[in-house]
Amino acid sequence: MRPKLVLAALSALALTVAAAGCGGSDSGADDKTITIAYQKFGSFIQLDKQLQDVKKEYEAAHAGYTVKLLPIEASENDYYTKLSLMNRSPKTAPDVMYEDTFLINTDIQAGFLAPIDEYLSGWKDWSQFTDAAKAAGKAQDGKTYGVPMGTDTRALWYDKGIFQKAGLTVPWEPKSWNDVLTAARAIKQKVPGVTPLNVYSGKGAGEGATMQGFEMLLYGTKHTLYDDAQKKWIVQSPGFNDSLNFIKTIFDEKLAPAPQDALDPNWGTKVNTELFPTGKLGISLDGSWVSSTWLESGSKPWPEWNDKLGYTAMPTQNGEAPGKISMSGGWLLSVGANAKDKKASFDFVATMLNKENTKKYDIAAGQIAERKDVAADPEYLKSNPSLKFFTDLVEVTKFRPAYPDYPNVSNGIQVAMESVMTGQQSVDQAAKTFAESTTAAVGGPDKVTTAQ
Amino acid sequence: MTTSTAPRAARIGAFAPALLLLAVFFAGPLIWAVYSAFTDVALTGSAEVNFIGVDNFTTMWNDAQFWNSLWLTLIFVVGSAVIGQNTLGLLIALLLRGRSQSARGLVSGLVIAAWTVPEVVAGFCWYSYLHRDGTLNGILGWVGLDQNWLYTTPMLAVILANVWRGTAFSMLVYQAALNDVPPELHEAAAVDGASAWQRLRRVTLPLIRRSIVSNLMLITLQTLAAFGLIYVMTKGGPGNKSSTTPIYMYQESFQFYKLGYGTAMALVLLVIGAIFSLIYVRLIKVDNL
Repeated sequence: MRPKLVLAALSALALTVAAAGCGGSDSGADDKTITIAYQKFGSFIQLDKQLQDVKKEYEAAHAGYTVKLLPIEASENDYYTKLSLMNRSPKTAPDVMYEDTFLINTDIQAGFLAPIDEYLSGWKDWSQFTDAAKAAGKAQDGKTYGVPMGTDTRALWYDKGIFQKAGLTVPWEPKSWNDVLTAARAIKQKVPGVTPLNVYSGKGAGEGATMQGFEMLLYGTKHTLYDDAQKKWIVQSPGFNDSLNFIKTIFDEKLAPAPQDALDPNWGTKVNTELFPTGKLGISLDGSWVSSTWLESGSKPWPEWNDKLGYTAMPTQNGEAPGKISMSGGWLLSVGANAKDKKASFDFVATMLNKENTKKYDIAAGQIAERKDVAADPEYLKSNPSLKFFTDLVEVTKFRPAYPDYPNVSNGIQVAMESVMTGQQSVDQAAKTFAESTTAAVGGPDKVTTAQ
Repeated sequence: MTTSTAPRAARIGAFAPALLLLAVFFAGPLIWAVYSAFTDVALTGSAEVNFIGVDNFTTMWNDAQFWNSLWLTLIFVVGSAVIGQNTLGLLIALLLRGRSQSARGLVSGLVIAAWTVPEVVAGFCWYSYLHRDGTLNGILGWVGLDQNWLYTTPMLAVILANVWRGTAFSMLVYQAALNDVPPELHEAAAVDGASAWQRLRRVTLPLIRRSIVSNLMLITLQTLAAFGLIYVMTKGGPGNKSSTTPIYMYQESFQFYKLGYGTAMALVLLVIGAIFSLIYVRLIKVDNL
């Protein structure tokens, strides 16, 4: 009997130890230490560099407090996985974290973030933020959970030299999807050896395909992805089919790159480090940040980029008001729900995002300022010639429906794009598959709706 | 009886640290995994965890993508482990038997070199070899056959890469096993007029069958869980043409935040591994070769 008892006692002990390990309270970091979790990856080192400076600034101004930086060296998806895992245990949850606008609602619902309204009301700088920026950190419960650092917009980049060879007018101002197709067809006909039009598509490009590709089309129709009034996903609409049809057209007519190239996960890098700089691409629907690749500090310095390339807004489908469309993302700084000293944590956010520091960061990281005082600052405007154009697009820009099911819906869109670009399914079939798979993924027929 | 109890307790006491570690690091996660498979635990997006019974498993049953992933996993395991690594490993070991020291050293060295390369590095090597702008196309371009092999033949590409990387393990196992086959048996069989094939079939294989079982079991379990190589080479694409169950599991758990669903799939994979093992043991035992 006794050995069994010993064994039982040992197992019980082991389980207790294990349980204590899971539920244990904060160790190491005391109340006067503020931990900051953020991404540092590849060429994205600007945030890390600046946070190190802000750490010194904060510690000097707040005697007794220590800032502990926790850089996470991982790509975007993996950064998010790691951050979620950290947040799942109070022991590892950071006090301040770098949050993507499209995932902030997901983290709020998971209870990872703290509302900061009471601190914002006492922060005079908050009035400098644009309304769109204020909305980015606002949750469905009406409270605000993050301060935006900067945003981005999307538009058409084009090669002026290729346009001239194709007999097209520069500067180019397309008024409808048809104008875009007409220009691409002219390039295909008159400038051989050049890919006329790049629109990211399929699972290889991931979220880039959904946002830079599909949503830039869809949000320029009368329809969107989410019905805010009914709080339901729109899984079927004429705009959805029209957008898929645009994708089908450019791949069928070979205006777009070959599907096996476009589906490569590294296609985006190739577009901006090889095709554009060597004059092999006519038009590309891409983000405001791509020029940072060509700056001296970028991964493919190309000093002539501003002479060789032009940029113009993506038109709406048939030129419906306001005539142009853009999509925006961006990142925020949020205070963790488990932060012990939330006021001190918010003070760090306020220091990092005051006028001077925001300006420094937005210039270094190629961000579009969301503070009015930074957006009007001559030093900021001079830092990159394309900034004014992309900043002005903020007026017409739209945001993704940032709900927990979004990644799933986005994946459904990529699958639909892929099946029409490779010709595996017709537009109607692909749209039907999307409606079915999305309905199942977001939790059944009462979570979705259709639009006419 | 009373005298033996004390030493026995002491003996068990000596195991205490090991038992403790096993309970914390082995049983703990296992129990958590089994529990999570029956809940809707999410990576993020929801603060509460609900016990949902077998919902994850019924979803899986109706999930065409899951069945597709299982089918691809089966192809991957049979193609790269059972046929590729196992057969090739045995073949190399047989061919190297009785060769000169330098020939053995050279061939084994090359094969093992592929094995020592980290999985991610091996994945990138193959990616850059098979890619549209890769080495293979550089050669095939001369005859106009260049294409993105990862796009046109994704499963073949990952199977080839896994055979390339994993054959060394089987080869080492079989080299060790063949060393234990007494040469006299071969000679005797040869004197009796057995052909080379008959000697392999009737003498060598029966003698090393235990090694065959353990090798098959080990490489099957390893290959069932293979993730890094496929993720680096194709990310499961194009579409879901190379999305084996571990890749699909990763997507559901970490990209769509459905940790519970992903864990349920892991349990299914565990059961499949067990079934494979049972089949191997049975096959070799019943048919005594």
